[in-house]
Formats: sequence, C-alpha cells, structure tokens
Amino acid sequence: MKTIIKYVTLDLVRNKIMIIYALILAALSFSVLSIDSNSSKGLLSLLNVTLLFVPIISILFATIYFFNSIEFIELLLSQPIKRNKVLLAEYIGLAATLCIAYTIGIGIPLAILAPVFASVILLVSGLLLTLCFSAIALLVFVLFKDKTKGIGAAIITGLFFTLLFDGLLIIFIYSFSDYPIDKPILGIISFNPVDLARILMLLQLDVAVMMGYSGALFKKFLGTATGSVYTVVCMLFWVIVPLFLSLKIFKKRDL
Amino acid sequence: MIRIKELTKTFGKFTALNNISLELNTGSVVSLLGPNGSGKTTLIKSILGLVIPEKGEIVINGQPIKNNWEYRSQIGYMPQIGRYPDNMTIAQVINMIKEVRADVKTYDEDLIYGLGINKVQDKTMRSLSGGTRQKVSACLAFLFSPDIFILDEPTAGLDPLSSELLKEKIIAEKKKGKLFLITSHVLSDLEGITSNVVYLQDGNIVFYKTIEEIQTVTGESRLNKAVAVLMQQIK
Repeated sequence: MKTIIKYVTLDLVRNKIMIIYALILAALSFSVLSIDSNSSKGLLSLLNVTLLFVPIISILFATIYFFNSIEFIELLLSQPIKRNKVLLAEYIGLAATLCIAYTIGIGIPLAILAPVFASVILLVSGLLLTLCFSAIALLVFVLFKDKTKGIGAAIITGLFFTLLFDGLLIIFIYSFSDYPIDKPILGIISFNPVDLARILMLLQLDVAVMMGYSGALFKKFLGTATGSVYTVVCMLFWVIVPLFLSLKIFKKRDL
Repeated sequence: MIRIKELTKTFGKFTALNNISLELNTGSVVSLLGPNGSGKTTLIKSILGLVIPEKGEIVINGQPIKNNWEYRSQIGYMPQIGRYPDNMTIAQVINMIKEVRADVKTYDEDLIYGLGINKVQDKTMRSLSGGTRQKVSACLAFLFSPDIFILDEPTAGLDPLSSELLKEKIIAEKKKGKLFLITSHVLSDLEGITSNVVYLQDGNIVFYKTIEEIQTVTGESRLNKAVAVLMQQIK
C-alpha cells in the first residue's frame, strides 16, 4: 500500500493543475497578506478564498483523477492486492498531494507574513476541507460508473455545500423564526463541512458577531474551546464516513 | 488451471454471462472469440475478480476465487486499454509493480528488452503512443512468470514485428506448461498459437473445441475460414 501511495504522490506532484493550484493560492496569500498590516483582515480574506476554492477544486480534481485512474486501478487490482488497499492508497496519495499544494500555497505565506495562532487554525481548516472533499469525491467515484455523470454529481455536491446549503439554512431560519430554533441550527450546521471550517476559523478570530447567526450561536453555546473541538470532530466525521462508505461499496462494485 | 462452473452475470436487464461452465487446462492457448458485447471481457474480468458474478464459481488451481485475492499472484493480465498515471515514467511504472509484488525476486524481462521498452524507459506515460503503452502492458503481464496469462486483445495496437515477437513469447511460455486465455478480433493473429477456441455469443458458449477438432469438422486449415465455416454450420 505504501508503494502505491508513494507512486501516486510522485505522479501527482508533477501534475500541472496541482502546481498551478499551489501557485495561485500562494499569489493570493502573498497579495492579500501584504496589503494590510492587520493580519486579522488578511486572514479573513484568505478564509473566504479557502472556503470558496478548496472544496470545489478538491472535489472536482479528485473526481476527475479517480475516474481517469480506472484502468490503472484495474491493473493494480489484477495484482494480488486487496481492493480496499488499492482504493485507500489512491485516496491517500491524492489527498496528500492536495494537502501539500494547500500548505505551499497558504501555509508558507502565512508562516512568513502572519505567524499567529489563528494562521495555524486556518491551515488546519483548509487541510480538513481538502480531506473532506476528496473523501466525498471518492464516494462519488464509487457510486457512479459513468465519468460524465460522476463529474456532474461532484460539481453539484461542491456547489451544494459552498452555496446552496447556506441559502436553504437562511430559508429555514426565516420560516421558523418564531420558534426557538437555535439548537437545531447548531445540529444542521454539522452537516456542512464548509460551514464547520468557517466557524472553526471565526471562533479564533473573535469576530463572532460578524459571522452571522450560526457563528454567534456557536460562540454562545459552546465557547471557543469546546466549539473548536466540536467542529474538528465533525469535520473528521466528514472524512471518515465517506471513506468508510466508499470502501464498503467498492468491495462489491464491478469495474 | 481454471474451472468455471455455472457462471452468471447480469448488468441490469442485460445478461452478460449466462450460466457458463468451462474448463481451461494448463499448457494450452485458449482463444476467446465472439462478437462485440458477447461477454468476453466480462468473463475475463470475472476471472480477475474485477467483476463480481451473481451466481457460479471460479476455481483457479484448486482455489475458489470468491473473497480471495492471493490467487491473483498466479495471473498475468494484459488489459485491452492500458492507461497509466500521466506523469509516471515507464521505469517508474515497472518499478512500482515490482515493489507491489515484493514476493517475487526473479523477473522475466525478455519482453522489456525484446520490445525495446528499456530504450524508452524515461519517457512519461502521457507521451507514449497507444502501441507503446500496449507494449508496457505486455511487459508487465509477463514480468513475474505467472502460471496463467490473460491477454485482452494483445496484438490490437502492435506493429507486425512486435506482434510476432509477442506470439513467439506466447509459444515459448506455452511449452513450459502455462495457460493462456486470449481474446482477439484478429483471427489471423491467433493462427499458429491457439490450441483451443471458445466462441461466445450473447453470454452463451456456442462451442468449445480444440483446433484439431475444428479443422477436421470443417476441413479448413486456416483458423479464419474454419471458424467462419463452423459458425455457418451451427446456424
């Protein structure tokens, strides 16, 4: 399994899209962080960049990569290796590369220009998002046989979590504003890794007031420490559950 | 040796394999023929465990393959379309497969040198032509000297020289008592190497005969014609 991870990573770090992704993130970080002397503002901008780009790019790139690797996966499976090892190795290799790209693009500029604790949290939330959405991409890959349908599903899933989910949440809040819905909303938020990442970061920046209803709720009910732990745990679930489901489905899937 | 018993596989309403029983013995080269969509690839993939059949059993060298993966160490597989990670070089792909198969220490590298793969080993997979990829797939299939070879359209993209070389290699390995299962549309490519022919149609076996049987029944010595005549007789 280690062998496959090694070679998948070796292949992917030379992938042009990965290099461009890292470079664009780096360019954005350097420019945003050097505009303002207040690192908190820069971090907020980078948070928005992360929340917008990381999920979509991770899920799209990962889905396309998995579908393009079908023949390679078949070849590996014709060797005496267990199915779940091959799939897991593909996932780890891909997720590792995406994480490397993110760390280079966001992590290094942050370390140079904004060496504060909140930067570490931003890096962690970005990396967790990468892991979540590549795991969801893996699930999409094992669920769909057809590449076009798979990529379509990946785009819809990505957009659902980055854009649509918040819209639906607002509709929900408005329609039930006469009722005490604070706690249900906390629960609903846990179903969106993007929101979780946002809250994790904003709890650190002490701008809870600016992050709207859900953020304020988190701060009020859970406090910074408990809130952070809760969001990280939820996000880890978002990695483990899709991965586990993918492995389970892939075991019985025809190639 | 491969023993297939009452194998059935459906994809939705489509029956790809319909209750197939087949016994393939060592030291033979079995050609799997049939029109497109007749179930050839499904049969091969079932043997490799890539497709999971609903019913039936496949036994390879005495081991049932269900929920088993170790048996694949005895099989060398050459896929119809070989696609490899774009940015890997040929040498990296070969080394990777060697590392995956750490249990094997001696390699059969005849084809790597014979097909001239060693000369282009630093090229990335992306830059290779379809034929060269096919050659890499062939090299990988023979690398660990398995007992069973499964070759899916092995000569489809190869130039005549390489195709001839591959055929010689197949004959040499067959003499060592290996079993080959080959699918091909180009019957003339199988001429001279085939010992048995399985003809599949709509998921059923139309016939399974040795080449001698076919030749005596039809009175034709060339495989191409013999199979054509046999098909007409059956109709």
